[in-house]
Amino acid sequence: MVYAPGAAMPLSRGAPERWRRVLGTGGSIVQFDNVGLRYGTGAETLSDLSFSLREGGFYFLTGPSGAGKTSLLRLLYLAQRPSRGLIRLFGEDIVTMPRRRLPGFRRRIGVVFQDFRLVPHLSAYDNVALPLRVAGVEERDLAGPVGEMLSWVGLGHRASARPATLSGGEQQRVAIARAVIARPELLVADEPTGNVDPEMAKRLLHLFDSLNNLGTTVVVATHDLHLISSIGRADMLRLDRGELLDPTGALRHPPRRAEA
Amino acid sequence: MKGGARKLGAADRRLLPEGRLAGPMPWVIAIMMFLTVLAAAAGLGLAGAARSLGADIGNRATVQVVEANPDRREAEARAAVALLERQPGVERVRRVGADEMAKLLEPWVGTGGIEGDVPVPAMIDVDLTPEAYARLDALGAAVAEVAPSARVDDNGQWLAPLGRLMNALKWLSAGLVVLMIGATAATVVLAARAALDTHRSTIEVLHLMGATDVQVARLFQRRIALDALFGGAVGLAGAALVLFLIGSRVAALGSDLIGSARLPASSWALLVALPMFGVVLAMLVARGAILRALGRML
Repeated sequence: MVYAPGAAMPLSRGAPERWRRVLGTGGSIVQFDNVGLRYGTGAETLSDLSFSLREGGFYFLTGPSGAGKTSLLRLLYLAQRPSRGLIRLFGEDIVTMPRRRLPGFRRRIGVVFQDFRLVPHLSAYDNVALPLRVAGVEERDLAGPVGEMLSWVGLGHRASARPATLSGGEQQRVAIARAVIARPELLVADEPTGNVDPEMAKRLLHLFDSLNNLGTTVVVATHDLHLISSIGRADMLRLDRGELLDPTGALRHPPRRAEA
Repeated sequence: MKGGARKLGAADRRLLPEGRLAGPMPWVIAIMMFLTVLAAAAGLGLAGAARSLGADIGNRATVQVVEANPDRREAEARAAVALLERQPGVERVRRVGADEMAKLLEPWVGTGGIEGDVPVPAMIDVDLTPEAYARLDALGAAVAEVAPSARVDDNGQWLAPLGRLMNALKWLSAGLVVLMIGATAATVVLAARAALDTHRSTIEVLHLMGATDVQVARLFQRRIALDALFGGAVGLAGAALVLFLIGSRVAALGSDLIGSARLPASSWALLVALPMFGVVLAMLVARGAILRALGRML
């Protein structure tokens, strides 16, 4: 089965109602307060980031190479803790959160890595099924959603192929399918359409759009201006040399000092 | 972290690439287990032999009546036997017969050599309670009163150095077993760390998808347990073959003392349990090493 662009994406599970109970309708799903990130003893990669992302929003993160986009995304998908500042995710402070609680939060986040990070010895099917298996979904319940998701990204016929035998674009689509299969509350994608043709890029963006319409907050780091312009309701974060520029003025929330 | 930390299914096991037994670890464990089983068998055998020695000769004395005159020798021997049978703590008194004496001396004097004028001492074996054995000097004095030419030989005294040697070797074997187990555990730790380094990128991906440390550790500990099971089985089989060959050589010697080191069924059960213990140990050590290493990751 191959899904046409615009077809309903195969994401029938999930619990947006539960999210709303936790966050409150219209609440912020991500909140940064004066966040700084420094690797080792070098200069700060990210400086004084303060912004919030509302639940169900669609955001593009742009900026020149080396601006700190990937570092910001790493903070968002909990691969990194900041050097300073406060980050609240899903309403909880994740900077001081005990390490043992992080897996539960990570399961609520889907990540499309710039370098895909597919598990090399697993098939496309098993790679896509990975988040569901980690979450404890039974084997008998996997085949349907995983097969549909692979078909949706046009790889239904490559389910048993290993990453090494897939093209860059195909690997990227597997990575995207893996990121969205568990219907995350927050989807973080780092250059998700960099290796696919314009038609597939459009389809993948439609996938993100559909997911967003179902309640998922989407953050896409990209250089692709065409991509940015295709989602009219999206907000934009622009990073430059580790500092956040807010072209629309919609992202920045009042700093805590001002609140007091 | 507890939530969702379920047991692994067959599909999850594929998260780490197959190729079990391809690395050196199963073979290193096989060698370690081979040596461990041999050391344990030596310890068990020596312990058995020491027990047997103690049971056969411990608390036992021999009274020798060394009198050239056969009539006086016989009279003193009878008097000594009569006295010993009356003593408290004496469990058994047995006069060594003439035929038995002839057989004992046969290698030195030949058949029929003691018939005639050769003065052979009269010998009396005495089994004592431990309390009576502790008062052996007093018993010797009592015997000397009725049989002036008698002397009491303490069998335990001349066997004591042999007993001490066997005990020392037994503890040496136990020490070797402990060292081997320690070395096996260290090998497992190194193998677990190497496996973590090899699969670091996969582990990072699993972590970022919300896999718990316990879920990741289970993948490795299962794999290491299989390696340990294989290594343990091979090591045990090799050691059992060697022990069988040694046993057949010992049987051919016909020595009671060396033969007493033969392993009973309970000792074999203990040796067979060693690889099982090795598997459990490898799993626990691998789990601990992996959880510690994962704990250093975010």
